[in-house]
Parts: sequence; structure tokens; C-alpha cells
Amino acid sequence: MITLEGVTKTYRMGKLEVAALQGVDLHVGRGEFVAIMGASGSGKSTLMNIVGCLDVPTGGRYLLDGTDVAKFDDDQLAVIRNRKIGFVFQSFNLIPRTSALHNVEMPLVYAGERGRTERAREALGSVGLADRVHHQPTELSGGQQQRAAIARALVTNPAILLADEPTGNLDSVSSVEIMRLLANLNAEQGRTVVLITHEQDIARFAKRVVELRDGRIVRDERSAA
Amino acid sequence: MNLFEALRIAGNGLLANRLRSALTTLGILIGVTAVILLVAVGNGASVQINNQVQSLGANVIYVYPSNARGTGGVSQGFGSGQTLTQADVDAINNRQQAPDVVAAIPIAQSGGQITYGNQNYFAPTTGTTPAFPTVRNYQLAEGSFFTDDDVNARHRVVVLGQTVVDNLFGSTDPIGQTIKISKQSFRVVGVFASKGGSGLGSQDNVVVAPITTVWAYLTGGRGKIISQIVASASSPSVVTQAETEITTILLQRHQIADPTQADFQLQSQQDILTQANSIATALTLVLGAIAGISLVVGGIGIMNIMLVTVTERTREIGIRKAIGARRRDILIQFLIEAMVLSGLGGALGIAVGALLANQAPNIPAIASSNFPTPVVSAPSVVLAFCVSVAIGLFFGIYPANRAARLHPIEALRYE
Repeated sequence: MITLEGVTKTYRMGKLEVAALQGVDLHVGRGEFVAIMGASGSGKSTLMNIVGCLDVPTGGRYLLDGTDVAKFDDDQLAVIRNRKIGFVFQSFNLIPRTSALHNVEMPLVYAGERGRTERAREALGSVGLADRVHHQPTELSGGQQQRAAIARALVTNPAILLADEPTGNLDSVSSVEIMRLLANLNAEQGRTVVLITHEQDIARFAKRVVELRDGRIVRDERSAA
Repeated sequence: MNLFEALRIAGNGLLANRLRSALTTLGILIGVTAVILLVAVGNGASVQINNQVQSLGANVIYVYPSNARGTGGVSQGFGSGQTLTQADVDAINNRQQAPDVVAAIPIAQSGGQITYGNQNYFAPTTGTTPAFPTVRNYQLAEGSFFTDDDVNARHRVVVLGQTVVDNLFGSTDPIGQTIKISKQSFRVVGVFASKGGSGLGSQDNVVVAPITTVWAYLTGGRGKIISQIVASASSPSVVTQAETEITTILLQRHQIADPTQADFQLQSQQDILTQANSIATALTLVLGAIAGISLVVGGIGIMNIMLVTVTERTREIGIRKAIGARRRDILIQFLIEAMVLSGLGGALGIAVGALLANQAPNIPAIASSNFPTPVVSAPSVVLAFCVSVAIGLFFGIYPANRAARLHPIEALRYE
């Protein structure tokens, strides 16, 4: 599913070169629920950007579903993100002044697919927002917004769900709700979930925890369950 | 992404900032209104000039003496020649030689103070023959035109245009009254019906007398000068043939072999119309260009607002890119926003411009003046709309391209 082989990423900041990732090898199989942990500056955001095809590695190989995406240009990456990756962000990132339904339809619009409204309604129903489809983001609670965002991530039926600190802006009750939802999607539908977090409590929901420090993997543990 | 989705997204974006969108649209609206209105005024002027030239009499051909050539070939200037004679007029009036000419008349011009009672007025006096109303397309409102007898006997009779009557007589019936032109007495035998038209060279500001009378009493001792011959062709389609016939007759009569050395020149109504039209077209273009400047200013307004919009919505662009929007999708979204703004402004501007042009004649200040009635033409409407949309496209490309090139990670981080 996801295979990283010796991935490095170097940023140039003026004359200074900053190595955010220094050779990461990681394999995530279908149906896994992985939490990537690490303090800020550990390189986990960079890793997420690369796994999410928002950025390409400087060195090494990244195979997504067997395809090497290192050589893709911006538009090809956009197509990959559209078809294979569902994003869930810390700050929800719903488009303002646009109903939950239209937000969830958006990836299908860019994919140029038919039957968008039905599929968007279905996705919203599956996250328990069937009665909120016409609400705008500002009319939804944080937990509801994040659920709408999860519906948007799921609507294209992507290979992996990539959640970047999905509970960072939520209270503890909503956080647990969202994590249960992600855990259910993994357990019941067999979705591959990659979770990025710095909270131990949140990482506990995952079946496997990978810890990054200074751009290298320092821990990779599967929980007993 | 289909067009309907793109329009919906663009509409959403525009409605999010209603006041800003409305003000930006207003910029284009004013520009298009100005273009529509000023071009309509130009067209109106063109129609007015055309009507005025047409009212001079349809199918008319003027023959002027050429520049006289003194000894040594010194040209003495336009109209200074005295090469046209009554015999030339008679020859042109010969139907065998000039089958396409209906009638030809000689014209002798004289200026002079005209007085009646204590009123006085200045109008040019035209000496001619009885075919004048036919050739110049005048109708008699009262009385009758002078006859061949009047010409042969040099009777001192005149026919007046409406403007002259209004200025001299007021409510008095002019028929049978005696007026003085350059201190000579003349009896009024007829009054022309008004031909309308206005401004310089009004067709109603005329005094017409027998040509022999003008020669005898008004042009003094300068002899039997014919300043021009006016002929009318039997229809607009034969004006060119009639011109050829007249040229042939006059070249033969004046014994000139080389047409380039002719001592006369012809000008037809068509020539005058062509000239007038080219002036009117130039006027329309200048007015349109001036209005076009405001359209460009409106376009810059669109560009400005689109740049602000793109900056404000950087995060939204990042989200769209993260969920799979390609560069093209973002580019089209913002281009359509810009084009909707300008197209809407264009459509409203056309409506406002057409309404103003339509209502202009109802405004008293305009109705009472000689200001031309604006004429909104279909091509100018279509052109104005297309240009306004094109302005949206042109000024929208830079901001939209800027949005499309944003890097998703940086755009998502933007606060």
C-alpha cells in the first residue's frame, strides 16, 4: 500500500539546507491503522506531506499502491490525491460559506464523476450527519465539522485516510468520538488509516505506532490487539 | 469540472462579498454605459448628417467651374473659374445627349441684406430657373414658383424659405408683400414648405429669384456668372451614368480632349454622403475610444479585486488542491469569477446605456437643442458585451494564474 524506501527530504532555507527526513523506511499494508508520533520538528509533518502526495521526496522512493510518485508533476499529484488519498486536517478545512453536502461533493467534482449528490449524502450519512447536509461549516460544531471532513475524505473511496492531528482542535468528548469513528472505519470497512499525532492518548486508538525523531524512525511497535 | 459547477463555485465566491462584487461590477457597468451611449450619439449624428444631406435633394449632381488657369497656368483657386454658361445648362437638359438627367438648373449666388418693414435679415439669394423645385426637391407651401416668363422678362419676384419668412414676417402672410434685397424691391410669390434640418446651411434659409433678375439687379456688372449647375439623375442607381453623360457633354462643348485638364468638376450627392459618413464614423470612433478608457479602468478594478480575492482565499485554494483540484480547475474557477463580474457589468451597462439613449429625446434640454437623437445599434451592443467579457478574461488571467500556481502546502498553512 504505502512503501517508503530511504526517503529523504531537504529544504533550502536561504543558504542553509535543512534535512527534515534523513532516510525513512516504512511499509504500511492494506487495512492497517498506523499512528505516526513525534515532537514538533521531528519531521512528521514532512512525512505526512510526502505520504499525502502534497510534496515529493528529495531522495529515496515512495510507492503508493505500487506507483512511484517521485517523478509526478503538480497536476499528476493532484489526480493521485483526488483518487487515492482522503485528508482529514487538524483545522477541519471545510470550504467556508458552502454547505456540508457541497463540501463533501467537491472531490467528486474534481474527479468529474456522476451521481455526486447521492454519494455525498451517503458519505455524510455514514458519519452520522444525514440531518446536517445543508448546514454551512459555521453552523456545525467542531466535532460535526470534523465528521463532515471525514465524509469528504471518504467520498472518493480512497486507498488511505490521512489524518493530521484530527483531534487537535477538539474537546476531549469530541476527540474520542472522532477517534472511534476512525477506528470503526478501519475495523469495519478495512480502511487504511494513517494518523499523525503527538498525543499518546490519541495514538492508543491505532494498532501500530511509529515514532519519529530528527527525521528518522526510532520506534515501530504493533499493539497486541 | 463542468461549466455549471464552475459557475456555481464562482457565484458562491462572488456572493460571499456582495458589496465588493457590486462595486467592481459598477466599474464595468459605467464603462459599458459610456461606450453604448457615446457610440449611440455618434450614430445619431451620422443619421442626422445623412438626413440633412438627403434633404438637399436625392440623386443630385453638382457641377462647379474648375480652378481658373490664368496666363502661365497659375491656378486661381476653387470656384474662381467662369467657365459654365447657360448654353451648357441647355445642352445637359437635352434628353438625347443626357438621357439619365431629369433636369439641370444654373445657379447664381448673391448675398445681401433683406428687409421688410422694420425687420431685416441676411440670407443668400439664389438665382435659378423654374426647374429648381424639381431638382432640389422643394415643395411649395403657399403661392407658386416663378415661371419661364418671369425669367425671360427679369421679373423681380422671389420665393422664400420658411426660416426667412419666420424672421421677416412673423404672423403676416408674405404672399404679395414686397421685400427689399440690397435696396432693390422684390415681390414674394411663393413660400417653400419647411425641409427640416438645422444648423449651418439649413435648407429653409433660402431666397430664390429668376437668374436673369439676379444678374440684372444683384450681381451688378459682373456679367452672367453661373457659379454652379445642379442636375438631378432619374434615380440613385443611374447617378454614375448621368455624371458620365454630363462630363462628356461639357468636355465636348468646352473642346477639351484630356479629361484631366477639364475646366469643371462634378460632385454627386453620393460623394457628399461618403464624406459626411467618414466624418461621422471618425466621430463615433473617437467617442467610443474615449468611453473605452473607462472600460479599461473598470478592467483594472477587476484585476485589483481578483488579486485581493486570491490572497484572501489562499487557504481555500490549498484545500481544493489537497482534495484533487488541478491547476486548470483553480485557473478556470477564478477566470470565471472575473468574467462573471465583467459580463454582468457589461449586460447591465448595455441595459442602462440603451435606456438612457432611449430616454434622451424625452429630456427637455436635449429635445429643444439640435443634439442628435442617440441610435443604439445591434453591433455596438454585441461588441460591448463581448469586449466586457474579454476584459474580465484579460484582467482575470494574471490573478487566476497566480492562484493556480500556489503550492498546496504553503496555501494550506496560510492564515
